[in-house]
Amino acid sequence: MDPQIIIARRVAKELRSGNLVNLGIGIPTLVANYVPSDLKVFFQSENGLIGTGPIPEQGMAHPLLTDAGGRPISALPGAATFDSAMSFGLIRGGHVDITVLGGLQVDAHGLLANWMIPGKMVPGMGGAMDLVSGAKRVIVAMQHAAKGKSKIVAKCTLPLTSSRPVDLVVTDMAVIGFPDGKATLLETAPGTSIGEVLAVTEAELAVPDSVPEMKL
Amino acid sequence: MKAVSVEEAVAMIPAGASVMVGGFMGVGTPERLLDEMVRQQKSGLSLICNDAAIPGKGVGKLFDAALVSQLTATHIGLNPKAQQQMLASQIKVDLVPQGTFVERIRAGGCGLGGVLTPTGVGTLVAEGKRQIEVDGKAFLLETAIHAQFALVHAFLADYLGNLSYALTARNFNPIMAMAADTVIVTAEHIVPVGVIAPDHVVTPAPLVDYLIANG
Repeated sequence: MDPQIIIARRVAKELRSGNLVNLGIGIPTLVANYVPSDLKVFFQSENGLIGTGPIPEQGMAHPLLTDAGGRPISALPGAATFDSAMSFGLIRGGHVDITVLGGLQVDAHGLLANWMIPGKMVPGMGGAMDLVSGAKRVIVAMQHAAKGKSKIVAKCTLPLTSSRPVDLVVTDMAVIGFPDGKATLLETAPGTSIGEVLAVTEAELAVPDSVPEMKL
Repeated sequence: MKAVSVEEAVAMIPAGASVMVGGFMGVGTPERLLDEMVRQQKSGLSLICNDAAIPGKGVGKLFDAALVSQLTATHIGLNPKAQQQMLASQIKVDLVPQGTFVERIRAGGCGLGGVLTPTGVGTLVAEGKRQIEVDGKAFLLETAIHAQFALVHAFLADYLGNLSYALTARNFNPIMAMAADTVIVTAEHIVPVGVIAPDHVVTPAPLVDYLIANG
């Protein structure tokens, strides 16, 4: 299975009926494709919409209805629109149940860096810092390693997104949580052994007696 | 509120002015005002806008014409020209978390000196800022933002200047309409008084100084 699809399918299992969920750009966006249709999840787009729907068919796009990247989207029946103060009030105020974001690094204590590479990439943090500071539950959806280098590090070398640790990291190899503030291997991807995960993870991972395989 | 042509409105803005522009990636942006800013070559602008849009769209046009000298924004990663100008030190850029950005503008429009936010505590954003503890929780003091001009795009404007907005084109527009000395508005449709029901007015008419005539 494609690594991104493993991640998206596993993250989708975390969503519950009635949740207000914010999906970031990249792999997190794919999560919406794997939510069972009987689950009533509200997706927020931080540019001012709850109730985002699929990309409209050719010729059906509305220029005043877009996602946070400026791409055309649709709105589901029951959707609501609002200004940016309300949108970030929802985010910072703890009204968003789950935020799913991409990551550059997550460290052994669950701290996330995902908004800049000094001297190389300085796009700006957009809504990431508010989402990590304010959402009830923060899930990072990212590849386990990039160019052979672990993205689960002992300590972030890139600038942090927040001083608040994330709750869960889902990669193409593993699910990692942070009980008692310590990175812990919770699940492995189908066909991936515990040893393989540990071999490519820079951070020290606690390994419980039982580490089940991800159910996708 | 006074109805004016787009040429007259932009002529009021001096070079080097601080200007807030509504919109999110160019959606809900007063394009006609920006086109006229470029035509009249209003340079040295101190621009306050969520993002730098993309070249050729929204405030992206101001970067195409190199009219911006200072930028306060949350994300400029999708405009390579703005990135180049930042890395070449042609523009001074202050990057602000989006929730902080909108609350600082809201504070500026509501007579507040600033806001206390947990966003950015323990990150680069906290550098040089006062950290204040309230009930055992750490917050950053983020000061208010106010500008000389706000350029706002509405969906409906009535003959008095009452405004309503559409879908995701609302974004920063009603917040910015509170936070500038002079508020200049374009609208998709200009309609008779009464068409926008009182419950649906988002920006009340007394906040609007100039409405750009359509056509």
